[in-house]
Amino acid sequence: MSLAKHWRLQRQRYRLIGVECEDCGGRFFPHRQICPQCKSTRVGPYQFEGEGKVYSHTVIYDAPAGYEQFVPYVAALVQLDEGPLVTAQLTDVDISDVCIGMPVEMVTRRLRQYGEDGLIVYGYKFRPKLKGDH
Amino acid sequence: MRKVYVVGIGQTKVKEHWERSARDLAVSSILEAMEQAGIDKADAIYVGNALSGELTGQEHLAALIADFAGLGGIEALKVEAASGSGGAAVRIGYLAVASGLQDVVIVTGVEKMTDLSAPATAEALVTATDDHYEAIHGLSLVALNGLLMQRYMYEYDLDRKDFAQFSINAHNNAVNNKYAMFRRPMTVEDFENARMVADPISLLDSAPVADGAATIILGSQNVNSAVEIIASAVATDTIALHDRRNPLFLQGACESAQRAYAQAGIGPDGIDIFEPHDAFTIMAALSLEACGFASEGEGVRLAMDGEIALQGRIPICTMGGLKGRGHPVGASGVYQIVELVQQLRGEAGANQVDCRLGMAQSIGGSGATTVTHVLKVPD
Repeated sequence: MSLAKHWRLQRQRYRLIGVECEDCGGRFFPHRQICPQCKSTRVGPYQFEGEGKVYSHTVIYDAPAGYEQFVPYVAALVQLDEGPLVTAQLTDVDISDVCIGMPVEMVTRRLRQYGEDGLIVYGYKFRPKLKGDH
Repeated sequence: MRKVYVVGIGQTKVKEHWERSARDLAVSSILEAMEQAGIDKADAIYVGNALSGELTGQEHLAALIADFAGLGGIEALKVEAASGSGGAAVRIGYLAVASGLQDVVIVTGVEKMTDLSAPATAEALVTATDDHYEAIHGLSLVALNGLLMQRYMYEYDLDRKDFAQFSINAHNNAVNNKYAMFRRPMTVEDFENARMVADPISLLDSAPVADGAATIILGSQNVNSAVEIIASAVATDTIALHDRRNPLFLQGACESAQRAYAQAGIGPDGIDIFEPHDAFTIMAALSLEACGFASEGEGVRLAMDGEIALQGRIPICTMGGLKGRGHPVGASGVYQIVELVQQLRGEAGANQVDCRLGMAQSIGGSGATTVTHVLKVPD
């Protein structure tokens, strides 16, 4: 359980900040020092809008330690509108409604807790996009 | 560059070895292999292991094993590449002998992973993924493969039951392997009724967690029913599934296989038997595609058409594979080589395939490291 590790990741976890390459224009999440497309080191922060579609999904019944209380929960690969795929849980959704192609939007939720009195880690999850919500 | 031969093999049964620790298992397999090779010392030992620290609180494993195997002070190093650790250790042993720097090398794969609860073991296994951007979301390794299988079924219009033959074939072959964990055939009904672990992956899509150790002795001389390693290649891909160029294509496995084929001077048509990293049925299908045995989306059809069976066009998991023989995570890559050697020597018993060239592929995590070896009966 590392407070420092989770603190370091807050820009990614709370605000979906990745990078944009000044040379090829590619946008990537998470942050990297080297552009994965053109290998340039001229990269700057880019905040993703948090909207996308479900690329794939799975329902987890056998959880790793620390997540047993959430079973069954849905994990997904979400394709952000800007292009990158991110791994995240889906939330506020009926398992039977989850499907590939479903439009989703980022929300901030509890990811896990380290013991009853321990650190609570928050970060991004995705919920079905609410209609007429803009 | 010198030729590299496997001149001895040893293995323990794959099971829940309640009464044996990692060092016990490793040492047994080492002594068996050394006796078979007719040696009482070696120049080095490379130990493939993924999770000794996480699961047993023991790092520094190679020095420990060299000590307890009575190898008295030799070069001993642990090699780790998640579930590809066994293959990775073979690779390092190969480099040592091929380079001319070592003459006789022991390569041991060992994993002791049944002491902890299932959630604790699952937690350890996700150290193979991206801690910051995959594991934190509660993904298990099974779930990552579930994401792959779900998307694959969607893109190629398949059902879960279309994957059944991967597991059925593995279990059929394991029946005749006395070292295998599961020696009971599986039916299509068993497969269809299996419990979901991470939908659409069921218990019977998944290779079992288990304990075991396998050892090979590498040397530069063609002695003692030696089998030659004619190709050895490692490639990597992004650690996280979400960063893959195409998540459904194992680019690392493809590159590793291509380099191995080039080194061996062959193509996929030249391979008689294949030991893939069948940790999950979807991984077996994607491996067949990445290595050029089937085009994209057609890997499952090879299984459905019976081409992966012992009498098929490309027999896989000939002694049970990860699914039937079992998957002590860091050891599996060495078990694959042991089994290829048995086949190529003609020692595979009821599972014997008429073969001269065999390929083994050991994969770390969801595909970030792939180690490929090609073995051949010497001329």
